[in-house]
Amino acid sequence: MELTLQRVITYLIPYLLGGIGVTLSVSFWALLLGALGGLLLAFLRVYGGRFCKVIMVAFSAVFRAIPQTILLLLLYFVIAGSINISAYWAGTLSLAMISCVYQQEIFRSAIESLDSGQMMAARALGMSQTKAIFAIILPQALRRALPSWTNEVAGVIKASSLVYIIGVVEIMRLAQYEIARSREPFAVYLAVALIYFVCTYAICFILRKVEKRLAIPDIS
Amino acid sequence: MGKEIIRLEGIKKVYGNNEVLKGVDLSIRESEVVVLLGPSGTGKSTLLRCINLLTVPTEGHVWVNGQELTAPKVNINHAREQLGMVFQEFNLFAHLKAIDNVAVGLTKVRGVKKEEARKRARIELERVGLGDKTDLYPGQLSGGMKQRVAIARALAMDPKVMLFDEPTSALDPELIGEVLEVMQKLATEGMTMVCVTHEMNFARRVANRVVFLEGGVIVEEGTPDEFFQHPKTERARQFLGKFEGQFQ
Repeated sequence: MELTLQRVITYLIPYLLGGIGVTLSVSFWALLLGALGGLLLAFLRVYGGRFCKVIMVAFSAVFRAIPQTILLLLLYFVIAGSINISAYWAGTLSLAMISCVYQQEIFRSAIESLDSGQMMAARALGMSQTKAIFAIILPQALRRALPSWTNEVAGVIKASSLVYIIGVVEIMRLAQYEIARSREPFAVYLAVALIYFVCTYAICFILRKVEKRLAIPDIS
Repeated sequence: MGKEIIRLEGIKKVYGNNEVLKGVDLSIRESEVVVLLGPSGTGKSTLLRCINLLTVPTEGHVWVNGQELTAPKVNINHAREQLGMVFQEFNLFAHLKAIDNVAVGLTKVRGVKKEEARKRARIELERVGLGDKTDLYPGQLSGGMKQRVAIARALAMDPKVMLFDEPTSALDPELIGEVLEVMQKLATEGMTMVCVTHEMNFARRVANRVVFLEGGVIVEEGTPDEFFQHPKTERARQFLGKFEGQFQ
């Protein structure tokens, strides 16, 4: 056991950290693209009329009912089959699309949790709906969405480990190489778990600080 | 009293099978203070919202300052700038300080520079007696203060008319006075006001005209003296009977 830990710390973690850049950049792009898409879709779903709503609800239902691994593979084949891009970007885009649907749900419920009087008061002042969305609804909805969004961040960082199945060299892929070489799956997976734990924990910790910083002051 | 500034003609509003307004005509002149009275659920607030088209009437026409708002292709956002509105639930923007709640209309709608808008906002907040609360968020204010900020927010846009939708109904009794005081001051300054309220004393003291609605139609209208001393209709008498306690 002692030997394993020593090996984890002195060799395996430094080796696997070679993949962390890819893991984090895949997660970053997936989250960013997912957030932009998710926000757009959420606003379309809330303010875009019946047709938009039906489409989004159907999308959500499909995406949420299929395991992420399967979705990733399906999207990968669709994307990689239709445009000529690297496995890295195909994987990232697939993750972004999956995250987009989840984030759409997060932002939608945040928007819907706001009092309808906010939009009404903005319109009464003479703002167009678009202006009201940007000046009044969005800043409040983002604050409300932040706790659930932090969960999604953790989810995407962890889900980014799935892109190894399509050949992207990140932490999990390096782990597979190392297991093939050393035949020590336990030590390797332990090292992988430690890396993910530290990354995810640190990022969520920072986001919770941001959440507190942005909280709207009230009497308490 | 000046020229006609609001005209409503044949306003009807139907929700599903429920006809809330059944054809209302109303004309309001500059500097007039009109109070809409009537039992709950009788369409007063709906009528008020039809003036700035927050509620779009199913039928009928709305003119504000000579412009028909119900005509096709009217820029309703532009038209709403002349109609300040104050809501029962205040509806202050929760993420903005008091001063920015007042300034945001100027910056986002009028394109005024932020510093200039804040200067104006400060003046408006002083006008409603909140010059020392500019940097507080709505969540840090009492109900009465919130409503005064909401009034300042509407006033900052230099509206021609102020619409009040039960401005004191969500307030604790001890906070009602400060809001009514601000409204009374506005009335004395010559602001045109349309006000849905259950504050009978306010209606008596401040209104030029009382409009009594029931069941989606105007049942009776007249000066406060006429209406409160000598109501013409049985329905108005019944309604006033329920408020006798307020008159002592």
